[in-house]
Amino acid sequence: MSVPQVELKNMTKRFGANLALNNVSLLIRSGTVHALLGENGAGKSTLVKCLVGFYHPDEGHIQVDGREHRLNSPRDADALGIGMVYQHFTLVPSMTVAQNLVVSGARLPAYINWQSELRRLAQVTRKLPFHVPLDVRVSQLSAGEKQKAEIVKQLYLGRKLLILDEPTSVLTPAEADEVLGHVRSLTRAGELSAILISHKFHEVRRFADDVTVLRRGASVRTGPVADLTDDALAEAMIGEPVSKMVQHAPKSPPKSDIILSVRDLCVNGDNGLPAVKDLSLEVRAAEVVGIAGVSGNGQLEFVEAMMGQRDRSGTMTVSGSPFNGTRREIARLGVYGLPQEPLKNACIDRMSLAENLALRNFDRVPLCRGIAMNYGALAEQAERLVAQFRVKAPGLNASMSALSGGNVQRAVLARELTQDVRLLVASNPTFGLDFVACEETYRRIVEARNRGTAVLLISEDLDELLGLVDRVLVMSAGRIVYEVSADGADKRVIGKYMAGMKAA
Amino acid sequence: MDATSIGWLALPLAILGGAIRVSTPFIFVSIGELITEKSGRINLGLEGTLMLGAMAGYAISYLSGSPWLGVLSAGLAGMAFGFLHGLLCSVKRVNDTAIGISLIVLGTGLAFFLGKPLIEPKAPPLPSIALGFWSSVPQVRAALDVNALFFVGIALAFAVYVFLNRTGCGLMLRTVGDSEDAARALGFPVLRVRIIATMAGGFLAGIGGSFLSLSYPGSWSEGLSSGQGIMAVALVIFARWRSINALGASLLFGGAGALGPALQGIGVTGYYYLFNAAPYILTLAIMVASTSRAAPFADAPGELKLHR
Ligand SMILES: Nc1ncnc2c1ncn2[C@@H]1O[C@H](COP(=O)(O)OP(=O)(O)OP(=O)(O)O)[C@@H](O)[C@H]1O
Ligand SMILES: [Mg+2]
Repeated sequence: MSVPQVELKNMTKRFGANLALNNVSLLIRSGTVHALLGENGAGKSTLVKCLVGFYHPDEGHIQVDGREHRLNSPRDADALGIGMVYQHFTLVPSMTVAQNLVVSGARLPAYINWQSELRRLAQVTRKLPFHVPLDVRVSQLSAGEKQKAEIVKQLYLGRKLLILDEPTSVLTPAEADEVLGHVRSLTRAGELSAILISHKFHEVRRFADDVTVLRRGASVRTGPVADLTDDALAEAMIGEPVSKMVQHAPKSPPKSDIILSVRDLCVNGDNGLPAVKDLSLEVRAAEVVGIAGVSGNGQLEFVEAMMGQRDRSGTMTVSGSPFNGTRREIARLGVYGLPQEPLKNACIDRMSLAENLALRNFDRVPLCRGIAMNYGALAEQAERLVAQFRVKAPGLNASMSALSGGNVQRAVLARELTQDVRLLVASNPTFGLDFVACEETYRRIVEARNRGTAVLLISEDLDELLGLVDRVLVMSAGRIVYEVSADGADKRVIGKYMAGMKAA
Repeated sequence: MDATSIGWLALPLAILGGAIRVSTPFIFVSIGELITEKSGRINLGLEGTLMLGAMAGYAISYLSGSPWLGVLSAGLAGMAFGFLHGLLCSVKRVNDTAIGISLIVLGTGLAFFLGKPLIEPKAPPLPSIALGFWSSVPQVRAALDVNALFFVGIALAFAVYVFLNRTGCGLMLRTVGDSEDAARALGFPVLRVRIIATMAGGFLAGIGGSFLSLSYPGSWSEGLSSGQGIMAVALVIFARWRSINALGASLLFGGAGALGPALQGIGVTGYYYLFNAAPYILTLAIMVASTSRAAPFADAPGELKLHR
């Protein structure tokens, strides 16, 4: 089996006046992992989308084993054995994983005998080091499981060049190791080449052979990973030397008022089975409480139920008043948040950036005058937020779906954090952010905390949690199984609770 | 009492017979709409397609003497209309709902215009199968005098089920309807699939229309349809986008629709209009009872959005 050498030459891509790629060349040596680094909006996703025929570059071409190819559609890439796991999920939500696998095959079967098909799929997937249920609807999978299902799909299709666009943002470190470790071993064995887009330097260092850094659509640095230090990479990304990051040492809050109180919360998952069981917790003013846990242990359902998006039993009060997620309560009690998959759950993708930024307050002065919208004020607010949170977008009137993944995240943060927040519920707030934006987000969360906001932070990234919170709760199988203050926290113990209870 | 009187048993029999007759066009139109909606588009114009099909079927049956040829041409007329809908909606920023509504007007108008000379003549109707041959009771024979299209409809529901769940093309259709991004990432021809799905939907709606003019009530007139094309859209939602459910929903709806005439048939004439509203009341009641926020529409095509 031969793995081709793929080369992109002088790729240029414009979206209107916006130059997303500027003469980028990239060589993926056969049997290696090539990492792409760059700030949010640098053009990483655009580059690889050109490589799979999803976008058509304005200039430049693609060579596979020295032969030039035109890729008009992902089908053409498919024929060359090039496949990609997109940054935003592209599994079909209402179909099962097995159906998704079958429909993505190069040749659509005329008639499907599900019994033998399932047996065949199980055989293929059994060899993988991670497990994904085959007969569950994708809409019922957690983000981490979806991500793994995407990767399973690509491996099942027998790719020669596998492109992973930020595959690990929703995986726990252990899962990420499993997945990337497997890809790495396949490349070592000469069965695969891979492109890995990531914001995490340590992943690049551990799993990639070569690295290319993009900045504002141009390739600014490229070479073997071993030849470049983290500082050199970071400097190439942002174009200036990096200052030392600030540490946010958690400080124990004074005994302050209880803001969020949840008692005996029970929530059912999409499959009708209990996903959250008798959960109780409290968050005080000026306190950051973190919920650690492997994805799919009820975090998603918990957050949705709290925000009023899902039926629940039990009580939830904010500053002493019952909270059911109505618009009036949200404004009065100051409950804001950042959900998982913000493009889907916190934005309206066909509306413009400016409109999306106004979703929280379009019905209040100054954004509305009586029953009419004040578009001037709307644009002004958008301009202010975009500048303040450094959202990079083709324009204020660009549709939300034209923003890069990290910039969607920034836009939502900008909208939520600039309200009068008294309780902030954030799920994986740095999912997909580059390191500069991560730092900014941490700083903003800590600032909010210092202003007296109660923060509930749900994250699968233990390092992130421990660096930020005052108290950690571990969630497993729908319950809080462990609680510890940040000072006494031991990563291994927490990890054990995260994993140990999962097996039970 | 004479020998043919079977008392109150006449009521369920009449309902059964009515259910079969009334439901047949619903089966075709709702399954047609289901196929279209599974591709991520909504075709509200099926009412117009239905009328056009009824007229075309009647005309060809009259001209050729073959009702089956009439059914086929009704389907083809419907398919042409579906093609028009599919094509118009493929233009950027054209809204499928609005196109659908204008196609209702166009289809009905066209059918009325072309059907003017068809009001008088009598076209050969579709044959029916006398399943009640074993009985001497006329009510039984009447109830079990079933049109062949009814059985085609039942087979169709199961065929569509198999198509959507067990064929590659069916999965492709669902992909296109559920997530355009996913479909594009897989390189599926999104527009083409949608146009074909709308054409298939139009074909079936046309056949549903031909049943109206060639079997029951069985003649061409401008008041032929009582909104079957519109109700079919609701039936699809009611059936949660599952073809077997759509079959059941059509039967239920047909049965409830037969309640009023059946009661009248055995002499209960009071509340006639109230009983005629039975299907709608029933639908509403079941809808409300079976909707739950915890289990949202799992099979609803994700691309089916009313804006755009
Ligand atoms: N469909 C589109 N229409 C218009 N502009 C787009 C479109 N897709 C991307 N862009 C713009 O192209 C630029 C590069 O975006 P891209 O998604 O490639 O960034 P990225 O490097 O993947 O960032 P991130 O780390 O946030 O995912 C951005 O400025 C973005 O706004
Ligand atoms: Mg990206």
